[in-house]
Amino acid sequence: MAELQPPVGTGPLAKREARLAWGLLFPTIAAVALVVVLPLLAIFWISFKPVELGDLRAPEVTLREDIRGDAEKVGDTPTIRYRLRNSSQEQPITGVTFADVVPEGLVVQELDERCALSARDLTCDLGDWEPGARETLTIPVTVEQAYLDNDLRPQDSPATTTGTSSNVLTNSTFTLENFSRIFNGDEFVEVLWVTLFYTVFGTIGALLVGLFAALLLNKSFKGQGILRGLYLFPYVAPVIAVAFAWLILFDPFSGSANALLIQMGVTPQAINFFGERPLALIMVTVFEIWRYFPLSFLFILARMQSIDTDMYEAADMDGASPFQQFWYLSVPQLLGILSVLFLLRFIWTFNKFDDIFLLTGGNAGTRTLTVNVYEQAFAVSNIGAGAAVAVVIFGCLLTFSIFFLKYISQEEGL
Amino acid sequence: MKALRFNWFTSPVLGALWMVVLSTTVAIIMSFATGDPFRPHILFSLLWGGVIGFAIGHRMGGRIGELIGGVALVALILLNFGPLTIGELASPFVAILAAVALAAAFVLSGRVILDDLVPGALTRHEFEGAVIRFLTGFGYIFFTAIVLIPFYVMVMTSFKNQSELMQNPLDFSIDIGKGAELFRSYNELFSQFNFGTYLFNSFFISVLTVFITLAFAIPGAYAVARLRFQGRAAFSRSILLIYMVPMIVLALPIYIAFSMTGLRNSFWGIVMIYPVTTIPVALYMLQGYFRGLPAEVEEAGLMDGLSRLAVIWKITLPLSLPALASVSLYVFMIAWNEFLLAFMLLDDPSKFTLTRGIAALNSSEIPRQHLMAGSVIATVPIMALFLGLERFMTKGLTAGSVKG
Repeated sequence: MAELQPPVGTGPLAKREARLAWGLLFPTIAAVALVVVLPLLAIFWISFKPVELGDLRAPEVTLREDIRGDAEKVGDTPTIRYRLRNSSQEQPITGVTFADVVPEGLVVQELDERCALSARDLTCDLGDWEPGARETLTIPVTVEQAYLDNDLRPQDSPATTTGTSSNVLTNSTFTLENFSRIFNGDEFVEVLWVTLFYTVFGTIGALLVGLFAALLLNKSFKGQGILRGLYLFPYVAPVIAVAFAWLILFDPFSGSANALLIQMGVTPQAINFFGERPLALIMVTVFEIWRYFPLSFLFILARMQSIDTDMYEAADMDGASPFQQFWYLSVPQLLGILSVLFLLRFIWTFNKFDDIFLLTGGNAGTRTLTVNVYEQAFAVSNIGAGAAVAVVIFGCLLTFSIFFLKYISQEEGL
Repeated sequence: MKALRFNWFTSPVLGALWMVVLSTTVAIIMSFATGDPFRPHILFSLLWGGVIGFAIGHRMGGRIGELIGGVALVALILLNFGPLTIGELASPFVAILAAVALAAAFVLSGRVILDDLVPGALTRHEFEGAVIRFLTGFGYIFFTAIVLIPFYVMVMTSFKNQSELMQNPLDFSIDIGKGAELFRSYNELFSQFNFGTYLFNSFFISVLTVFITLAFAIPGAYAVARLRFQGRAAFSRSILLIYMVPMIVLALPIYIAFSMTGLRNSFWGIVMIYPVTTIPVALYMLQGYFRGLPAEVEEAGLMDGLSRLAVIWKITLPLSLPALASVSLYVFMIAWNEFLLAFMLLDDPSKFTLTRGIAALNSSEIPRQHLMAGSVIATVPIMALFLGLERFMTKGLTAGSVKG
């Protein structure tokens, strides 16, 4: 008799469960791979490519076809004319061919030597083309009765063209110029400094303001729910709506904020809040704090409400004053959530694009790394350089996420 | 610190600071409400606030003393020696209203702030209690102001016309007599700028995003929460990492791919991308909730012969309806507010979403009340949804942590 042993390895049930799990996860994995992982790889590829915005449209052969001369009666001799062009002024196209069908009742008189006619199918091989090349082919024909009866014109059958062009995105030209371009000069140092300022102060500011708001609402009174809802407004409203509201509020010519400040005698003339260095950077940071304090407030409040009240009663009995209670009881309890929030918000502020883009467009000394991606790729039309900035961002994020993963496993639950 | 804990010091200082806060608040409220020039007078605020604060802190004259203080304050303001300076243009009624409001607010709240102060030396408790009550009052005013002012300006600007705005940027009073004329910019947005279509597009795309997201996230979340397989821990961690990838980094290659495949300017392109940005969040939120459900109920279902998928459908989902509501709302909010992708991928005005439509209004040729009316149109639905379902939303926001 065989000895009884505990089962080794994975049994059939466990295997089935794992198979089901992967089956359930598959759609998500596939979608994420397609839209997140693939683009990330693409960014690395593009950052080594000399790609400009204009290169995204691949060069192609454009063709126009018409018939010239009378074709009214039998025996007329019109010509079919094909006008072809390379749509790109920079890229050559190789192996250009085109094919067309000559309508019934038109007899081809004479054929260009590069073309061949079998029955009514016309094919031409036009060889390799320089950038911006043009070509006109004319084919003299004679009209027969069938053409007049059929009412089929040469334009009615669309001609097909082929040609291969080398696409910058897929060929094997690589360059380091994108990187040398973005790392070059004071501009990059300024971008880094602006990013750092915005991220550090935006994050800390939102945390502190959120903590203050949470302390205010950490007691029950009538209208507490309304106030809590109200204080979440900045976060819930669409960023574009609140950003434009801020722009109009702080407009230097007709903004209410300026009118108010002038009326109160704080400033003799209007201040261009979003147009001056270094005020613009401070303003976008303040906007960031304003927009995201609700988030930290919500988390801190949730944590505060889960702290045991017995502790405060005991401290009260021992004569601890309110500030002492806050400092020696609340703060240590909140430290965990505060550090997690700090890390997460730090990364997210670092990633923020919309806010600055809408408020200043990256002008007046507010260009952060993320805005720089857009600036390089679309304003300067150099997609490669934009991708290179994106790679730099990604590198920074990898560093952050190592920290993040270390902490998140300690602070389970977020 | 200890030397300062005397009533003769605490009550005038807190009173003076509180007067500055209140007079500034009243000045701003009155300016925004009437357009007349109101300004706080800092020196007089400190002075009178200190004097009355001292009196209240020492219970001088009880209720009658407070009344005398209030009346004196009103008189001082109207005589132009008070904490609030009122311009000559303001009508007497408005001036008296402002003065009475400030005096009443100060006396009543001052009594609360300086409540349990006793003459002479104060204990730490009494001193800090008063400071905390002062800070609380300041906090309520401060937060309410910073949250409300931008939204107030947004709504009021949308009711104005260009010349009114230029004439006095502070005048947000509404002339009800204009009737339907007030809503002119809204009318024009819907009739000339296609905002009806944008509203529909946004709604359609957001709802579709919610459904697609749930279709992907529910099975995924269930697998991560309940089933045992190799790589489970690694998987739930890498979901979090996807949060960390900035949108602009993804938007660039997506833009390139869409340009080359002709998916730009198409509904389906957007509907393909939006859910992927929300699936990780939704999956993360849902798996947390699924984990909290008792596994025994599901096991009972399995014992009774249901398949796993039937268990999810018949047991897990009905039990997690509140979580599904939170996740749906949260995803809806993300999709509705999304700006960057819509901005980069949509150029054709007939396919704009609301946020893209508002971005198109930002030009020097289009008056700003249209821009603000557009912003209001985009904000109101999400706010209404949020206020109506605040409990779900708050829960969703906390559980969804920090996507933002």
